[in-house]
Amino acid sequence: MMSTTTQDQSITHDDHHHDAPKGIMRWLLTTNHKDIGTLYLWFSFIMFLTGGAMAMVIRAELFQPGLQLVEPNFFNQMTTVHGLIMVFGAVMPAFTGLANWLIPMMIGAPDMALPRMNNWSFWILPFAFTILLSSLFMEGGGPNFGWTFYAPLSTTYSPDSTALFVFSIHIMGISSIMGAINVIVTIVNLRAPGMTWMKLPMFVWTWLITAFLLIAVMPVLAGAVTMVLTDKFFGTSFFEAAGGGDPVMFQHIFWFFGHPEVYIMILPSFGIISAIVPAFSRKPLFGYSSMVYATASIAILSFLVWAHHMFTTGMPVFAELFFMYCTMLISVPTGVKVFNWVATMWRGSLSFETPMLFAVAFIVLFTIGGFSGLMLAITPADFQYHDTYFVVAHFHYVLVTGAIFSIMAAAYYWLPKWTGHMYNERLGQWHFWCSVISVNVLFFPMHFLGLAGMPRRIPDYSIQFADVNQIVSIGGFAFGLSQLIFLVLVIKCIRGGEKAPAKPWEGSEGLEWTLPSPAPYHSFTTPPEVK
Amino acid sequence: MTNHHQPDKLKSNHKLISMLVMGCIGMFGFGFALVPLYDVLCDKLGINGKTANTASSYQAITIDTSRIVTVEFISQVQTGMPWKFEPQTKRLEVHPGELIHTVFLARNVSDRATVGQAIPSVSPGQGAAYFNKTECFCFNQQHLAASTSAELPLIFFVDPQLPESIHTLTLSYTLYDITDKQLASAIEQGAAK
Repeated sequence: MMSTTTQDQSITHDDHHHDAPKGIMRWLLTTNHKDIGTLYLWFSFIMFLTGGAMAMVIRAELFQPGLQLVEPNFFNQMTTVHGLIMVFGAVMPAFTGLANWLIPMMIGAPDMALPRMNNWSFWILPFAFTILLSSLFMEGGGPNFGWTFYAPLSTTYSPDSTALFVFSIHIMGISSIMGAINVIVTIVNLRAPGMTWMKLPMFVWTWLITAFLLIAVMPVLAGAVTMVLTDKFFGTSFFEAAGGGDPVMFQHIFWFFGHPEVYIMILPSFGIISAIVPAFSRKPLFGYSSMVYATASIAILSFLVWAHHMFTTGMPVFAELFFMYCTMLISVPTGVKVFNWVATMWRGSLSFETPMLFAVAFIVLFTIGGFSGLMLAITPADFQYHDTYFVVAHFHYVLVTGAIFSIMAAAYYWLPKWTGHMYNERLGQWHFWCSVISVNVLFFPMHFLGLAGMPRRIPDYSIQFADVNQIVSIGGFAFGLSQLIFLVLVIKCIRGGEKAPAKPWEGSEGLEWTLPSPAPYHSFTTPPEVK
Repeated sequence: MTNHHQPDKLKSNHKLISMLVMGCIGMFGFGFALVPLYDVLCDKLGINGKTANTASSYQAITIDTSRIVTVEFISQVQTGMPWKFEPQTKRLEVHPGELIHTVFLARNVSDRATVGQAIPSVSPGQGAAYFNKTECFCFNQQHLAASTSAELPLIFFVDPQLPESIHTLTLSYTLYDITDKQLASAIEQGAAK
């Protein structure tokens, strides 16, 4: 797709800012996009393990019917904080980390456009999550109203620590918005000469659109938590019927943020898969421009479907039909994407290294999540599925085997570029197969639990669900343990291993592969020429 | 040295950043604008079952004796509020246009004076616009001294324009304890004086 003339990148440093601090200060003060990308990725992984540990508590409690290990209120805190951490602490920072590492290298820029803001947008995150996690140890406990913090659960009935929850969400939002502004300015202003819009790698396109979604909806989330704060502590009545407010309005405002948020967590995945599938099929991506338009269509449609989360709130029939049809419409551009990935593989010269395995698993399993989403979109059927484990199964298929698998695929694909070493392929294959088997044992039976009527977010259940819940919990523990293989693999890869060439995957395309491995601290200080 | 230090790049960065920041501030405002927008849309489209909170006038209404509409009353009391509150009649068959008097019974079972506010809601939501109250206890706050009871009046008529598809209207009242809010605003007013 593109060819480049590149000057020697590794040697030509500019020396004027090179009394670089060492040790912890290097990381605290860094404005380098690669350092900040690394910080984001490690932070995300730590949060992934933290949120994962909470999921283990949930699955341990649900291993048997009845209450064994934790109090119901603590169980509620676990489901709530698990959700918050995975959404805002694991998936979103992982994507921002990938954006930091990759976007400048992919578009031939020397760094992100706003390096100091970049430092800030990372370093406020650990504070946000320290605040959130510390609220768990306070009197009355941490947030226990679900990650969706519906009023009046989060206002009238919430613990006093809700103020800390609100504050931490504000900080996370500010961090995401700063990250998004940085991405947009970088992509718009720092592209190398000749890097025209329709030559941008798909990952860059998907992130650009994601960044606009972030700017559009994170402030709405900030508004929603602010209203919760003032309703709870300052006597306003945004969501309180007694004062003229309306609790259903909370759901409208929340999901106006929440549905685009779902796409914020999946569009960068589409970009990653669109980079990896061609590389291991040794063919260019099928239907590049349709991919760009499909991504934009999904982003626009994401603003028109929010109320499909609220079919059971007593909406008028015409509204239910409108949101049902709009929701189903999203499957068209999504279908275009899946078709294009499969068409890219068609008659390709395929090989199945770990990144490709995760990418193929993404396509299959994300599509399963898409289909269960279509089932949920059918209004009359949704009355049956609403708030059951069917919903839990659905969104874990799109977020775990979707977003998380794509992040794993990305990590394997670009690890040689980041560390300069090849990862241990054997260990990678172990990680993949353990993960893909256990994740299906974990989430697939949840569909049946949901269809049989098991409600979500409840620490106890009726005994007829016991067997399936045991299987699910075993899958959960296995999936959790499998991720430790990945931790070992990454540490081993950083410390050593076979030396990676500049372009370790023969089919890969893009400017980042013209740089040596590991990518030098400063790259493209002189912009490459893209032809 | 690097190309983002060039002045024209800096200038275009600044322009773009200020546009994006304005966008963020705008969307933050939009989040709050959704509040009145929601009320206006629900009101205009008559979709969320909210009824008018002022009295409607009963003038030049013809009673449609050919039609019978069932009106049901249900009541709820906010968790923890020490009142009993229920409709005297749970179910009425009315002709559209007919002026109906009915009564809700409220009793304060606690040993302290309490202030309540009833919030009405009509189901199906599309019927709310056709449910007109000429007098309702929900227009005012209700004060009940310790261990006293009251009959709370409701006078209403169903608009004869009610769509044919609606046969039953359910009016639900939820009673909220607003004693503390009353106290807070009384203290505030006292302080202002």
